[in-house]
Amino acid sequence: MSDAIGLVPAPAPAPDASRTRRESLGSRAERVSFELAMGLLAAAAALLLLAPTVIVLLTSFTSGYSLKFPPPGWSTRWYVALATESPEILAAAWLSAKVAATATAVSVVLGVAAALGLARARGAPARLLEAAFLSPLMLPTLALGLALLMAFNLAGWGLSLTSLVIGHVAIVAPYVVRTTLASLGQLDPALLASARSLGASAGHAFRTVTLPLVAPGIGAGAFIGFMASFDNVAISLFLSDARSEVLPIRLWQNIESNLDVRAAAVSGALIALTTAAGIAMERAAGISRHLR
Amino acid sequence: MSAPGRTDRALWLAAPLGAFFALFVFLPLAGLAVVSLHADPALSAPSLRQYARFFGDPFNWGVLGDTLALAARSTALALVLGYPLAWCYVRAPRRWQRPLMLLIVLPLLTSAVVRTFAWIVILGRQGLVNEWLLAAGWIEAPARLLYTPAAVTLAIAQIELPLMVLPLITALARLDPSLAHASVMLGAGRWRTFVRVVLPLSVPGLLAGCLLVFAASASAFVTQTLVGGGRQLFMPFYLYQQAIQANDYPFAAAIAMTLLASVLAIVSVINLVMRRSRGFVHG
Repeated sequence: MSDAIGLVPAPAPAPDASRTRRESLGSRAERVSFELAMGLLAAAAALLLLAPTVIVLLTSFTSGYSLKFPPPGWSTRWYVALATESPEILAAAWLSAKVAATATAVSVVLGVAAALGLARARGAPARLLEAAFLSPLMLPTLALGLALLMAFNLAGWGLSLTSLVIGHVAIVAPYVVRTTLASLGQLDPALLASARSLGASAGHAFRTVTLPLVAPGIGAGAFIGFMASFDNVAISLFLSDARSEVLPIRLWQNIESNLDVRAAAVSGALIALTTAAGIAMERAAGISRHLR
Repeated sequence: MSAPGRTDRALWLAAPLGAFFALFVFLPLAGLAVVSLHADPALSAPSLRQYARFFGDPFNWGVLGDTLALAARSTALALVLGYPLAWCYVRAPRRWQRPLMLLIVLPLLTSAVVRTFAWIVILGRQGLVNEWLLAAGWIEAPARLLYTPAAVTLAIAQIELPLMVLPLITALARLDPSLAHASVMLGAGRWRTFVRVVLPLSVPGLLAGCLLVFAASASAFVTQTLVGGGRQLFMPFYLYQQAIQANDYPFAAAIAMTLLASVLAIVSVINLVMRRSRGFVHG
């Protein structure tokens, strides 16, 4: 699954060899206590990662009017309500998808070009630019949202779909730059050199050698970035005008104010879509490798 | 490998994104700093009034302190849970590693609003925990679990847990297993081997995880507001409230700069320690 794991050989037989030399009772207790502590904590962590998602999925199929768990009965009524009586939620979901797709497309064009430049350039300016491009991953993006809102107002542009997309590019581009740079770093320069020496033009070598080998990295970055944009609240909170409401904010307000069970149906649908897309992208591009 | 002239020209490929970032990330952030250094929204005269206002009121110190303390608590909890998970992942048979990795990565891709909502279902008045406690007879009426500091800490730690586990897996997978074997063979117990050999050698990954979780926890707006409720005020909502609800942009800018500076300061310190520890581990 990943190169890093490949470095670890199968569990070496050494400890077992020592165990056959009749482990004393004390050292056995010591070993068991350590493995038990680690195992139990790891199991708790794994359960904690999985359980909330499963609970939301189960709750979304409740037949009742509240978020009681376990549900009093089962039905798909809240999914039906979501599909037929919730135009505002569907509109918000559509807007979120549109903004995320546009921001991702812009980020791929700008981000891949930047990564290609950074991968070939050496020295302080390149490293400084790289740090600048990755900085939104670490900054409180709420501050960036407020800063952009004030900048757009000061410039007299006001808020529009364009300003929202601009804010989201700042969220998505860092992921694209990071994963593309990592893939380029693993590229064997000899491949490109041999393509050139065999007579391929720079453009042809790029299209037939570099791009296909880096494509999974670009795909992984685009996918992770798309999901980050689709889920972003911090930027959208400041940059969406009254007419353009994105899904995570709609959902946030829905949960904060009246807490109706449609929120569970939206969550259930998002969990199903994310899981399916995540597994497909893991097979196609190995996204977990790019998240480390 | 290639001539210096070519690498210089290659950097031009980064110019469009560079221009975008200059215009839409760094210029606005500089503007934020400028606005925070003015007394009024019309920006008539520079002044330190906003910062004097922020740091002159113990209430604001409390909000800042609560935010950083929340981030620190969540980071510590994520470390205690995440380290053993990473440790077990690295030792797990290969066929277990793939599903385990999905278990770790999928939550990261799932909407944080959805994962926050899960905690509302679990900790709510009619939620799983209250139903269990009632059924066990430990309580007679549903307890108020949501909107407590413990609930926000737990929810944020769970939501940011993958950010802790992934760098730890990378660090632990790079570790030479023969070092731990040697330690055990020479008679150090498993606990001692862990504390004296494995843990120190994984410090770079540990700090990378802490850095990511801390930064994310301090600005986890949705979880802080939904699980924390109205009685606990943290910096992100405070700045939103001052900007959008009170329309006090200079003060909101000062709050944003203070949050930015404190997160950046802590991240830089962790980064510095991380660089030193890398020298210690690989040097």
